[in-house]
Formats: sequence, C-alpha cells, structure tokens
Amino acid sequence: MLHRLTHMVSCKEATRLLSQSEDRRLSLGERVKLRLHLAVCTGCARFQRQIDFMRGAMSRYRK
Amino acid sequence: MRLCPKIRLWPRWQPVDSDPFAAELESHRRYLLRVARLQLRDQDMAEDVVQDTLFAALTGRDGFSGRSSVKTWLTGILKHKIVDVIRQKKRQPVLESMFEEDTGLDDFDPLFRDDGGWAAPPADWGDPENALSQREFFDIMEFCLEKLPPNTARVFMMREVMELDTDEICKELTITANNLWVILYRARMALRECLDQNWFAGQARG
Repeated sequence: MLHRLTHMVSCKEATRLLSQSEDRRLSLGERVKLRLHLAVCTGCARFQRQIDFMRGAMSRYRK
Repeated sequence: MRLCPKIRLWPRWQPVDSDPFAAELESHRRYLLRVARLQLRDQDMAEDVVQDTLFAALTGRDGFSGRSSVKTWLTGILKHKIVDVIRQKKRQPVLESMFEEDTGLDDFDPLFRDDGGWAAPPADWGDPENALSQREFFDIMEFCLEKLPPNTARVFMMREVMELDTDEICKELTITANNLWVILYRARMALRECLDQNWFAGQARG
C-alpha cells in the first residue's frame, strides 16, 4: 500500500526527471515527487547512480 | 563543402617528433576526430575541423595556459570550430534534413511496462568507479556512443563533451528545450543500456 501511495510518479517519469535534472533546475514539486519515488524505488535509485556515473565518465573522457 | 583548403599541418622538413608540443597535439587527433565525427556525421568535415583545430592550437600555443590539460584545451577549440560548421550547415538547405531527424515526443518505450514501471529494473553496477581507470572501458563507451542515432549522438556530445549549455544547443540546432530534453533522455537511456550489456554485465555480476 505504501508502495502505491508514494509512487506518485512512475519509474518512467522518474527517469525522465532524473535526466532533466542534469539539464535544468527541477521545480519544487518535481523535486519532492522525485525524492519520494527514489526513497522507495531501488531500480530508480540505481538508475540515478548510474547516470551520475556516466556524467563522470564523460567528463573523464574529455580530460 | 570544404571548410578550408587542406593544409599540411606538419611541414615535411620539420618532423613532429622534433617538437614535443606538436607531438602531444598530434597524440589527441584520434580522440578529436571521434568527437567531431559524432557531431558532424561526415568524415571529411570531421577531418577538416580537426585539422583546423590542431593548426589553431599549434599556431596559438602561447594561448595554452597549462591550467587545464592539453586535451581539455583542444576540446575547447574544437567546440568553437564545430559550432561554426553547424552554423554554416544550417544555411545550406540540402543539409537541413539532418536536423529534422525524429525528435518526436511519441514514447513507446520497451524499457517500461504500460503502467510506467520498469520492465526490467536496472541491474547493480557494483563499484563502477573502477571502470574509469581502465582504457578498455572507454573503448566500450566510444563504441556505445557510435551506436547512438546520429542526431542523438550529436546533441549528447555537444552537451556532455563540448559542455555547451542547453540554451546554446537549442539555438544552434533550432530545436525546442522540450525536444532537447527528450533527445538527451534517449541518449542517456541508450548509453546506460549499452554500457550495462557490454561492460557491466561481465563485471559486477557473477
């Protein structure tokens, strides 16, 4: 039940927001929704670490 | 279209290895070419732009402060050259079609179920930082970048390697911010998937 309540955004939507957070400042509402989702979703939390890592890898690539 | 006449960068009578700075510049040619090709999708144009970049670096070597690496400095020069080419290309109607590649928001995505949940959640990458010290990892990353659709690769390289800000990319490519986010999202999803399959699948998971 908790799972359902806190999934105000879907994983698909959460991954979009995570990607966009690299390119624009998310609104307060978006940040709250995202944080709630990430707190309960291991898949998306993992995804977040992975795109952070990729950004680091791209930055290493150009140095 | 030729950007500039082909210049023989290193005159015959002055071998590159007699000039360590020129040799260092030359050692980054392969990287620059790859980055340029991913953005221009044209071997000749990419070669011209890299030649131009190396020439500008060689003749402008006093401008190299030494605060960043030579590679970073070259990347900065290349960025300006590529933006110039893209501007020129936009004026050529023949090439305009390359900017009209599918950037639609239509979003069938096999990675997710109909309710928006993961079809298969991302696997654990263990401690991915280890990969950054391995040359082979960057080979795989280049392979994955080459596999991206042309327009997606171009935008992603402009953003992540050239470090252009999003407004600048939208302006140069005449796309909306929304389109840009969709393209970058697709690029990251595809790159993640490709790295997962071609690098991490054989690493962290037993």
